[in-house]
Amino acid sequence: MFEHFTDATGLALWLPLASAGVIGFSVALYVLMDGFDLGVGILFPGAAKPEWRDAMMVSVAPVWDGNETWLVLGGAGLFALFPVAYATLLPAFYLPLTAMLLALILRGVAFEFRFKTEVHKPFWSASFHVGSVVATFTQGLVLGAFVEGKAIEVGAGHWAWLSPFSVFVGLALLAGYGLLGATWIVKKTEGEMQAWARDVAGRLVAVVAVALVIVSVWMPVMAPEIAARWFAWPNVAMLAPVPIVAGILCVAIFVSLRRGGESLPFYGSFALFLTGYAGLAVSLFPALVPGRYDIWQAASGPSSLSFALVGLGALIPMILGYTLYNYYVFRGKVRLEDVDGYH
Amino acid sequence: MEFDALLLSRIQFAAVISFHIIFPAFTIGLASWLVVLEARWLATRDETWKRLYRFWLKIFAVSFGLGVVSGVVMSYQFGTNWAPFSLFAGEVIGPLMSYEVITAFFLEASFLGIMLFGWERVGDRAHFVATILVAVGTLISAFWILSANSWMHTPAGFEIVDGKAVPTDWWAIVFNPSFPYRFAHMVAATFLSTSFAVAGMAAVALRRRSDDTGARRSLAMALGLAAVLAPLQVFIGDLHGLNTAEHQPAKLAAMEGHWRNEGEHGVPLLLFAWPDEAIEGNRAEIGIPHLGSLIITHSWTGTFPALTEFPADERPPVAVVFWTFRVMVGLGLLMIVVAFWAQWRRWRGRLFEDGLFLRLLPWMIPSGFVALLAGWFTTEIGRQPWVVYGLFRTADGATALARHQVLTSIGGFAVVYSIIFGAGLYYVGRMVLRGIVLPEGGTAVEPGGLQQAKRPLSTIGETLDGDDSAGGG
Repeated sequence: MFEHFTDATGLALWLPLASAGVIGFSVALYVLMDGFDLGVGILFPGAAKPEWRDAMMVSVAPVWDGNETWLVLGGAGLFALFPVAYATLLPAFYLPLTAMLLALILRGVAFEFRFKTEVHKPFWSASFHVGSVVATFTQGLVLGAFVEGKAIEVGAGHWAWLSPFSVFVGLALLAGYGLLGATWIVKKTEGEMQAWARDVAGRLVAVVAVALVIVSVWMPVMAPEIAARWFAWPNVAMLAPVPIVAGILCVAIFVSLRRGGESLPFYGSFALFLTGYAGLAVSLFPALVPGRYDIWQAASGPSSLSFALVGLGALIPMILGYTLYNYYVFRGKVRLEDVDGYH
Repeated sequence: MEFDALLLSRIQFAAVISFHIIFPAFTIGLASWLVVLEARWLATRDETWKRLYRFWLKIFAVSFGLGVVSGVVMSYQFGTNWAPFSLFAGEVIGPLMSYEVITAFFLEASFLGIMLFGWERVGDRAHFVATILVAVGTLISAFWILSANSWMHTPAGFEIVDGKAVPTDWWAIVFNPSFPYRFAHMVAATFLSTSFAVAGMAAVALRRRSDDTGARRSLAMALGLAAVLAPLQVFIGDLHGLNTAEHQPAKLAAMEGHWRNEGEHGVPLLLFAWPDEAIEGNRAEIGIPHLGSLIITHSWTGTFPALTEFPADERPPVAVVFWTFRVMVGLGLLMIVVAFWAQWRRWRGRLFEDGLFLRLLPWMIPSGFVALLAGWFTTEIGRQPWVVYGLFRTADGATALARHQVLTSIGGFAVVYSIIFGAGLYYVGRMVLRGIVLPEGGTAVEPGGLQQAKRPLSTIGETLDGDDSAGGG
């Protein structure tokens, strides 16, 4: 079924494919899971009361670290499975990635430091918010520039990642993570605070819907090869459900928010992200560094792939198991006394 | 020396990894320390143990948080700044780092949440399991990263195909020749560093309130461990040194400032010297004759390869390796003296008496970390000019970045790391000054705090602001 894409057969075909699956899975989980806790940081200053901000922070405090670990796995996994892609993509996005890492540092330490002080609390609140915003924006910037492809051409300039499209995707991701964050808050809180989050989520789902439409028009206009891929058979059949499902999900999230749904908006936003992600994956497959390397060209040799995949295949299910356990332990509405007993 | 992108990338890598390693080193030690404290509490149900646990848990959390955020940076450094190296060694190093993430990082991250916030939700037994899993996770993490690092010193289990290292034998890669020694040396170093940090902080608290029972227990236990580990570390370090003599003779020659062999005179052990690469010799040399031969070759006149026996472009920078090694050894010996002094005072029943000893201990807080960094400088700079010993030069490993890019990132890391390091020290300092476990519940964390959920949320816990009094809250 992959003869359109590669001459590889047997293990040489399947090991790189499975590896790409692992990377894709890690990045998807990262986007969903750190997405909602970054979103909580993005919405932070919008909270009307100091208690709300404390509740927002406490709601993600036990899980943010595990969420962010998927980003580390994405990095280390790319290093192991596709060193060529790792060594091409990371230098191409040097400055935005550095900014992202610095921003993640500033928001990460806020979880520890913010509850230790009243005097410096505004500083750590600001570091949590600004760090979340900058980390999200730079992730969107890198995603946009990655799809656009100019920054990863041979001999690309140091600023090639900066373009109207990449900036737009950066802004769109702020709305997207904001939506994940807002629906998370709906799920984890009650009363007046939940009403506020509902209102924010309702607006953001509209913004996200508009942004999705704009990106979907912009991409094929910007890149004729993407247009060619999208509208060629059989891709058009594979991609056709994407906008339909996305549209249905946007409406479902919106309606559920209005009708008092508590969990559905959150899981609906998850599904919306996954739909967009799947659409992107189909558009790019099998390119790993668009325009330069496909999955098979960028993959490590069979010894590295099989050694790494044995561990990944055996351990990722375990990781998912105890991650679910962790969420199960902290299930239900946020309890501020969790953090009270600790700090 | 030109400040080109290569040199700047080297400075950046040295800075971010040196900053980072302090925190995992501290958390490896503290995680096991917390296991002991919780086990004692479960065994005795003596509330002081639980409160001790809660106190050190907060310090652990600060250190762990700083380690996590600075660690995320590390997993991207190889790609951003060392792309040619990543291409050369990615198929070997990458899988080892992936194993670190999936066997250690997720484990630590998930169970840390329960450790910090979940005690009331999961109960004593599950909480203890969480503490153990986090502690095991820290050690697993050390296992993989030291395996990867050791491979760069003593590469094994690979062949070179099309200019890159392709794995042939994973067992030989993971358990490469220097790995067991480096792993033992590093784990002992983390426990030792933590012992002196704990003892020093306890001494600060004890000098403020001599009835701080938590400080007393912490101090006695930490220095008890140090009295065993500090001498043991000399033994492990010696084995590690012999391994270096076998596999990285140029590094060993630089550590000893050993420029040339002079027949039956043997090799002296230099206590002081100023190695000068221009004259290929030492200035102002003070040494003990034959002792170098005795330590390295275990014979009176034995010799080992000298620096001048290696081409000039295959020698590491000598002076910095020579001196960082002496800083490490000197601090190690000082730790032995202090740990033994503590045991003597304990035997005389004077361990907690104020005086010179308790005044000295706070100054020992950084001793382990400084020794650990000095040791890393010795081994990493001693590997130069290679990034993978004998195979791949550091100069060939850096990404062709523009100077302004690396200058920008260095500036960013300098500012952000200064802020978070300063804040970490400040808050940890405040916690210690409040006392560890004072009589009649005078600690910052009230075990009964859970009943106070109705109070204004903005005062969650107690903050560390204000003019602290010795009594704390």
